[in-house]
Amino acid sequence: MSTKTILSIAGVNKRFGGLQALSEVGINILQGQIYGLIGPNGAGKTTFFNVITGLYQADSGTFELAGKQYSPSAPHEVAKAGIARTFQNIRLFGEMTALENVMVGRHVRTHQGVLGAVLRHRAAREEEVAIRKRAMELLDFVGIAKFAQRTSRHLSYGDQRRLEIARALATDPTLLALDEPAAGMNATEKLGLRDLLLKIKAEGKTILLIEHDVKLMMGLCDRLTVLDYGKPIAEGVPSDIQKNPAVIAAYLGGAHS
Amino acid sequence: MTKHFNAKHNPLLTKASLTLLTVSLIVFPFVAQQFGNSWVRIMDMSLLYIMLALGLNIVVGFAGLLDLGYIAFYALGAYMTGILASPQFATILESFVNTYPLIGETLIWIFGPEIAQKGIHLSLWAIVPLSAALAALFGALLGAPTLKLRGDYLAIVTLGFGEIIRIFMNNLNAPVNITNGPQGINMIDPIRIFGVSLAGEAGSNATVHIGSFSMPSVNAYYFLFLALCVAIIFITVRLQHSRLGRAWVAIREDEIAAKAMGINTRNIKLLAFAMGASFGGIAGAMFASFQGFVSPESFSLMESISVLAMVVLGGIGHIPGVVLGGVILSALPEVLRHVVEPLQKKIFGAVLIEAEVLRQLLYGLAMVLIMLNRPSGLWPAPKSEDRPDHDVDVDKPAHTSGIAPV
Repeated sequence: MSTKTILSIAGVNKRFGGLQALSEVGINILQGQIYGLIGPNGAGKTTFFNVITGLYQADSGTFELAGKQYSPSAPHEVAKAGIARTFQNIRLFGEMTALENVMVGRHVRTHQGVLGAVLRHRAAREEEVAIRKRAMELLDFVGIAKFAQRTSRHLSYGDQRRLEIARALATDPTLLALDEPAAGMNATEKLGLRDLLLKIKAEGKTILLIEHDVKLMMGLCDRLTVLDYGKPIAEGVPSDIQKNPAVIAAYLGGAHS
Repeated sequence: MTKHFNAKHNPLLTKASLTLLTVSLIVFPFVAQQFGNSWVRIMDMSLLYIMLALGLNIVVGFAGLLDLGYIAFYALGAYMTGILASPQFATILESFVNTYPLIGETLIWIFGPEIAQKGIHLSLWAIVPLSAALAALFGALLGAPTLKLRGDYLAIVTLGFGEIIRIFMNNLNAPVNITNGPQGINMIDPIRIFGVSLAGEAGSNATVHIGSFSMPSVNAYYFLFLALCVAIIFITVRLQHSRLGRAWVAIREDEIAAKAMGINTRNIKLLAFAMGASFGGIAGAMFASFQGFVSPESFSLMESISVLAMVVLGGIGHIPGVVLGGVILSALPEVLRHVVEPLQKKIFGAVLIEAEVLRQLLYGLAMVLIMLNRPSGLWPAPKSEDRPDHDVDVDKPAHTSGIAPV
């Protein structure tokens, strides 16, 4: 496995009025890793996620993606830079078909404008065919190709999660950022998700994962960062994290070390 | 109904349906004129409303931006035609000379004495693209401040913009007279195509001669409007099934997710405003040339609301539905106007309820009934579950390709 750094973030601060939601948070993700971000409820995981992906503006911090500075000032710029995300509460384009949802994901890597759409010249037609083909491949990859023509809001919960991942993959991301993909899933669906994430990893993609299910995370992640009250309290491989007294205290309560 | 036009499933039926539709659209004015030109005239106006409804459908139906001031773009197209295809420009220059002689003289020096005498008279080929461009520009300008608004708030702001444009038209007769204020602009040139005036030459009794063939002026306009409608439908359908069309719908469905997918929502929304407005501008230009006269009262809030009603009642976001809504809501009231009073005279011997009153009544009743029984419109977009080809097995799954960039 290569050791190239994909995402390097340091010194992120974010304050909401009187609440210091994030203080001096940073992470370092290497190529091909599944990197986990865990912490109790309200620890700032999703806030950090939203800062990375441009939904919130950080008060300070440095951001580097695949060795290049990027400024997370607008979500669409971040997507273009190469971070694709999913949402904690699924956000699909409900009235569109599964296939169309993934085709929207190709938007940022394609170019046809009004003239191309109206005239449908050769380049436009070829691009459209390529978009459709790629979207179909991705639906197949996440295992829901047979539902391509279904309206996405009629898909089952687990399939909606898969569709959201396929849509994110359609942007050709350098980093795939998943916000609690296992939330609300039953044990079987979680196993399926685990297999899917490992399959994505096997393709050489890098994944940043927020999750509550500690068991799932420990088995899946290469490294983890634990947040509590907006501060990173531990960083390391799963076996070290499990033994870390600060982490145990954060989750179970008790005397802080 | 949809299956008649779905080429994939039944090519023969589709061909037959389309041929029948084309033939009846071409024959219609010649049949209708037997019963009086007013019937063709009603259809002419319907076609203009279809253009408007299709334009608004891009903004409201595709991008999901509730726009209550859409008629402003119709007004812009109409007034632009009023100023650039009538003696009005001469009046404007004269008014400048009287109020601000220096500016007036400069303008006359720029435009030359002939324009100062006769005004500007642009041809159709300049009017259509210019009106589209002007309306698109204003669409983007008025859209820009509303980008962060949604739903009710957006509706209120756009409603305000619509009224602002109308009030401008109503008051731009002082200090310099540009629009003639409430009196409106008169003597707008009829449209000429290759030297043939669609209003008929003077003394021809409003008959258009093309070679040895002749038809009433309303028929000639009918064919022009029909052609423009077909062009607009063509453009809208192609936009809908493109990268941009998908981006519009994505914004309608979930704006935050659309942003996260890399869609620059600002640009794509402005594009929706501009595209929608440009169709409105073209319709306005045609309206002005057709009527020969424009005044601010044609562009009231009621008009914005009726165009919106056409989109919503027909089937929001679904082009055939929007066309149907446009035809029904614009033609039905006119048909009623023609039918109701003679009918009452025949039955009761006198007109008991005036057509105008009854028209509003029935209009309201129709809306309530349609919304109760068909909440997603008369002819809504088919749900994908209704499509016969859903859950197709992929012929050859591309297992090998993986997710690596192609």
